[in-house]
Amino acid sequence: MQTGGVGGAPPPTSMTAAAPPQALTARRGEARTPASIASQAVYLVALFGATLVFVFPFVWLLSASLKTRTDVFSNELFPLPLHFENYVQIFQIVPLAGWFTNSTIVSVLAAVTVTISSALVAFGFAYFRFPGRNILFGLVLASMMLPGAVMMIPNFLIWNALGQVNSPTFAPLWAGNLFGSAFYIFLLRQFFLGLPREVFEAARVDGANYLRMFWSIAVPLTRAALIVVFIFELKAAWTDLMRPLIFLRDLSLFTLPQGLNYLVTIFNPQAGGQGQFQLVMAASVLITAPMIIVFFFAQRYFIEGIATTGSKG
Amino acid sequence: MTATGATASPRRRWRVSEETRWAFIFLLPWIIGFLIFTAGPMIASLYLSFTDYNVIRPPDPVGLENYEQLMRDRRIPLSLVNTAVYAGLNVPATIIISLALAMLLLRVGRAAGFFRNVFYLPNLTPAVAVGTLYLLLLSGNGLLNRIIGVFGIDGPNWLTDPSWAKQGIVIMSLWTLGSTVIIYFAALKNVPVELYEAAKIDGASAWQQFRNITVPFISGALFFTLIVNTIASLQIFAEVFTMFFTTRSGPAQDSALFYTIYLFQKAFQDLDMGYASAMAWLLFVIILVITLIQVRLSRRFVYYAGEGG
Repeated sequence: MQTGGVGGAPPPTSMTAAAPPQALTARRGEARTPASIASQAVYLVALFGATLVFVFPFVWLLSASLKTRTDVFSNELFPLPLHFENYVQIFQIVPLAGWFTNSTIVSVLAAVTVTISSALVAFGFAYFRFPGRNILFGLVLASMMLPGAVMMIPNFLIWNALGQVNSPTFAPLWAGNLFGSAFYIFLLRQFFLGLPREVFEAARVDGANYLRMFWSIAVPLTRAALIVVFIFELKAAWTDLMRPLIFLRDLSLFTLPQGLNYLVTIFNPQAGGQGQFQLVMAASVLITAPMIIVFFFAQRYFIEGIATTGSKG
Repeated sequence: MTATGATASPRRRWRVSEETRWAFIFLLPWIIGFLIFTAGPMIASLYLSFTDYNVIRPPDPVGLENYEQLMRDRRIPLSLVNTAVYAGLNVPATIIISLALAMLLLRVGRAAGFFRNVFYLPNLTPAVAVGTLYLLLLSGNGLLNRIIGVFGIDGPNWLTDPSWAKQGIVIMSLWTLGSTVIIYFAALKNVPVELYEAAKIDGASAWQQFRNITVPFISGALFFTLIVNTIASLQIFAEVFTMFFTTRSGPAQDSALFYTIYLFQKAFQDLDMGYASAMAWLLFVIILVITLIQVRLSRRFVYYAGEGG
């Protein structure tokens, strides 16, 4: 974040996985002696141990979701018979299908709007030279530092004044994204700066206007970065709890995290609920699965996106 | 680079060039958003912090009363200390464990990608679901206590024992450190191997290599994760809310009352918006000060490869 100079920011690290191969090959080249093969084995065992720690809670979650009400806190893994009916029951007890729809609508709208708006703004900062640019970009960076909790109350009051609290438009959960998001603007600007200026100048000569230039040159060339923004926001919106808690009241309008939170209030045995914790677990599996599926198809973008944000710091 | 704007300006300075006009068309969404959703709210929130406001009746100016109440409210220091203890445990543990895992990844060649992706999986779990899962794992006779019981340790009930609730929450948070591992692994791959080889020839120990090559080279990533994890830790909400605050009262609630949760309760459950605004500003100042200190420190310690001088 020490850059901010006029057009002098460093080009972004490439989004293709062409990370330095020498580092790895050099090490792999070494690994021939018996001693290094032994140490390699030790490392692998350690990593498998860590894998167990990270993955086992998922297995436990799945197992608990298939137990009976009395067994759910027991320590048996997958006691037979498996109770798949938990997954049917949960849809009958709460409007889970509706929550799925709500979460999907909110997440997709949030991700689409923030990607388009942030890209427009980022391109504005990256391509044009105009008075006040550095001051405005400084404001973008500064607003990145604002803790979300600080803005919550005034944002609530704005949406309340607009009559959008508890509204089926879900506007408070996504419409703010129409105006871009500081972090994504910062990220995308780096990528637009990395594009050679000549590709645009050629289009200028051909008489293309700036919007066309943005849409048919800049956007296709930074597709990978735009996908990163899209999936980051998709995940953020899918997992958010605080905003739905603030803005949605009717059970039928709940998002999935909010619905799951509600399930805990009615089923948590420690809350004196009826202790149907196996249903809470089944719902937890259902809310987690879509993100895992998205990850399965977009691993590269998740991993490289995170690695890139780390190197931009 | 080119200078389209330079040719237009000398004669008629006040005239906005075509390029500037276009720039502001592109920037328009952000400018509107900044005014409506950032600048406006900040001013509004500052004003509200000097009023008594419950949404139903118009704000009633009360001067410094909310800030005086901040000083008297025992739950303020309680929630601040809880948050500080949590962040103080979670951030260093996250950094150390992530770095260890990333360094292991670096040593296993092609297999690294698989492990790295597996470590990231918990990050995909919505925070509320992490909370529900750990309600199960951290309970008195839950999985965690079963596992440490193998080593003869009689684990506490992490959910009801006030002196262990925060540690339990840290354990839960450490499950989702995968993104930090990804950042370190990417940074470590950029450390030139020749440096280690030269150091080995000079007889440097493994610790000396770590201290004098690895750490300086990845110091940018270290500070980035320090700042990001600190800010995130200071604002932890969803998991803990679901685990401890879905009930009216609970034995460990005082121990798990983090600042953001108390802020949420005051604002949206008690509808004490004026007081909550003052709380929000206190949090903002705290985060600002901590971040500035960390940025200062990073200027001193972070080594930027390829930076001329």
